[in-house]
Amino acid sequence: MNRIALDAYDPNRIGHRNDDAHDAKGHGAGGQASTRIIVGYGFWIFLLSDIIMFSAFFAGYAVLSPATAEGPSAAQLFDLNNVAIETSCLLLSSFVCGLASLAVDKQSQLWTQAALFVTGLLGLAFLLLEIHEFIGLVNQGAGPTRSAFLSAFFTLVGCHGLHITVGLLWLGTMMAQIFAKGFRQEIHYRFLCFSLFWHALDIIWVAIFSLVYLMGVIS
Amino acid sequence: MLGKLNWNAIPFDQPIPLAAGILVFLVLLGVLAFITVKGYIPYLWREWITSVDHKRIGIMYCLLALVMLLRGFIDALMMRSQQALAFHAPGYLPPEHYDQIFSAHGTIMIFFVAMPFIVGLMNFVVPLQLGVRDVAFPTFNSVSFWLTASGALLVNISLIIGEFAKTGWLPYPPLSELKYSPGVGVDYYLWALQIAGVGTLLAGINMVTTILKMRAPGMSYTRMPIFCWTSLASNLLIVAAFPILTAVLAMLILDRYLGFHFFTNEAGGNPMLFMNLIWVWGHPEVYILILPAFGVFSEVISTFSGKPLFGYRSMIMATMVICILSFMVWLHHFFTMGAGGDVNGFFGIATMIIAVPTGVKVFNWLLTMYGGRVRFNTPMLWSIGFMVTFVIGGMTGVLLAVPPADFVLHNSLFLVAHFHNVIIGGVLFGAFAGYNYWFPKAFGFKLDERLGKIAFWFWFIGFYVAFLPLYVLGLLGMTRRLQHYDVPQWHPWLLVAAFGALLILCGIGFQIAQLIVSIRTSDHRRDLTGDPWDGRTLEWATSSPPPSFNFAVLPNVKGEEPYWGMKLKARETMHLVTDEPQYEPIDMPRNNPTGFVTAFFAVIIGFAMIWHIWWLAVLGLAGAYATFVVFAWRDVAETEISADEVARIDRANRAIRTVVLKRRPKQ
Repeated sequence: MNRIALDAYDPNRIGHRNDDAHDAKGHGAGGQASTRIIVGYGFWIFLLSDIIMFSAFFAGYAVLSPATAEGPSAAQLFDLNNVAIETSCLLLSSFVCGLASLAVDKQSQLWTQAALFVTGLLGLAFLLLEIHEFIGLVNQGAGPTRSAFLSAFFTLVGCHGLHITVGLLWLGTMMAQIFAKGFRQEIHYRFLCFSLFWHALDIIWVAIFSLVYLMGVIS
Repeated sequence: MLGKLNWNAIPFDQPIPLAAGILVFLVLLGVLAFITVKGYIPYLWREWITSVDHKRIGIMYCLLALVMLLRGFIDALMMRSQQALAFHAPGYLPPEHYDQIFSAHGTIMIFFVAMPFIVGLMNFVVPLQLGVRDVAFPTFNSVSFWLTASGALLVNISLIIGEFAKTGWLPYPPLSELKYSPGVGVDYYLWALQIAGVGTLLAGINMVTTILKMRAPGMSYTRMPIFCWTSLASNLLIVAAFPILTAVLAMLILDRYLGFHFFTNEAGGNPMLFMNLIWVWGHPEVYILILPAFGVFSEVISTFSGKPLFGYRSMIMATMVICILSFMVWLHHFFTMGAGGDVNGFFGIATMIIAVPTGVKVFNWLLTMYGGRVRFNTPMLWSIGFMVTFVIGGMTGVLLAVPPADFVLHNSLFLVAHFHNVIIGGVLFGAFAGYNYWFPKAFGFKLDERLGKIAFWFWFIGFYVAFLPLYVLGLLGMTRRLQHYDVPQWHPWLLVAAFGALLILCGIGFQIAQLIVSIRTSDHRRDLTGDPWDGRTLEWATSSPPPSFNFAVLPNVKGEEPYWGMKLKARETMHLVTDEPQYEPIDMPRNNPTGFVTAFFAVIIGFAMIWHIWWLAVLGLAGAYATFVVFAWRDVAETEISADEVARIDRANRAIRTVVLKRRPKQ
């Protein structure tokens, strides 16, 4: 007896569809994705997990930001001018990173290196400004050991800074690699991942800028 | 120069950890000497340690889990015997040591037994079931495994150098803060888990990408085997939950190392922040473990009942609903925090709702068996044992989800009984079912059925004898983690529980015997067909053990249960479904030692940070970065397997399948 015809009346197959006769049906039936898609997709998943890690630090900050332990509060400490310059550096850096992706598409060694160099330089400027801000805070007795609020602040913002540092290290390594090995296929994948990473750090920074600095000054 | 490390770190005054540590050390040394003398090291290095083959990595994960199970179980035996003896007496374990044992037991069992076992099964099975050749990022897969192994190594180093945490398996502050835990125990915990956690996160990313982006042609979402679905749910949870663990452990590290005030008593720190964050990870964690186990049971029950899984689509729904709900219940771990009736009510009800999709699953399994021709092989016994045990554990869980009841039972042995009931009865039984079920696929011969069944019955009965008394003790008011006590009503129940632990010991003994006997008689128990259980999913379509490339040609999936469909069609026509294909060379990722080297540096970083040897930590970081650069600089990432080789392997598989087909009476 034809099994497929039988299935329609078979209570043992409740919850199954009788699509045995078809080659492919529904979503995601097209076989394996290309390497570019797989690499990009995997990196997206990593970025999402990274953003979740930041969300835990944000949650910690939200809980602890009133806990100043009679020490200085956000409104007394934050200098929005400095933050504005930091933000411009970071956003400009991402813009130049976008230019770099055009250069990578064109496989132009000169323009790629130039754009990546400027990207890194702006990132470094951001980092130095942040370190400067941190040192200033520690010097006025508002270091991370002063209160739970400051612990959470330094951790959250410092974690972003740590990501920038790792990004710079990655960037430098990649520039050396493009210089030494030219535009191989992997370089295109890696550059895709790097630019995703760099832009994702902007998103985090926008959240830090609004939730930590702006709301801190308002409160 | 060596930070806090000096000769005082070695516990010369405590004979038990010292002897245990020396024993472990000698065994390790013995194993190393044995493989060196036998000349196995080049083979192990080439074929296993540097392997990026998902099957080998999966097997190594499971092996790690089995070894660590022995360690964790010895801890359990010590706790049960201590409590059996410590009535009006100090017992034989001083409190500092007893506290380390219960902390190490929980940490090891969750992070280095349950996790690697489940991740190992997923690693081995999922690409085969999806009909593809490897995971999305093979080298990261190797890195994941070796980082997990590094964490396990650090926990074991704490046996002999220094101490382990005395805080319980989750280091609740303020107890875990420097002020109250000045030793290195909590630091061992923190760094071991950070390192293993990064490995698990990478594994999760890898597996999600594999399942969502790499499936054989025609394998749409609603054609994926249910184990792939539960793996997907589990790995989504890993990706969403493990970063939170990383964050919260980082906060505690900052508190302990740099004097931050996240969870301290002074300067505005908030210990309840730790409880919330750790359980936002911790509750999904239990579903990370149990969902793949549900998947194993679904595969096993369907195969051994000779029927398609009942309610396949409702099973997918139930899995994904649990996946989402698991993030909405974390507060039930501390109803006593004082969040108020409304909050407790919400989380209590959310917790009870999880019982609904779980109930759907149980009924689906029952109805899968209903009307089937059930074969009671070892994997099936574990599955049936699971259904009975897990339903009881689930019921007590629903009971604990009622906040007023929880106020009474909080932190009592009732709770301990409950979570062992679901973790042993669910996760561990699932892991053992999967181990017996997929062993012939991994090694090409079946495990001994008789010894397997004896092991099951000892485990099953031993479990009830060991843990049902704990429910009673909880209701009698005994709290967990007591080093000694003077309540006469408790004593007999603790004696029964200790006897139960001995029964489980017999179960483990028979499992070891099963493995040894099966390996020794492997020539007689060879499975040449590649399909020893009359399976339904694609892993049974290839030979056992599968070739490195899994499938000579990626299967074209038609319908659910693709392999079952192929078999039926082949049996109707008495001819293999596909004609011999035009074989082509296959590119496979090249083995490389990146994972092992990364783990080496991770251990160095972890150890250096634990003992405050800062220069060594910097050196380890530099080494890790250098490893990354060397890997990024590699010129050849793949090796080619020639078409002739592929043809030779696949023709042998086709030949044996044709023979099996002809041997069967036509249906």
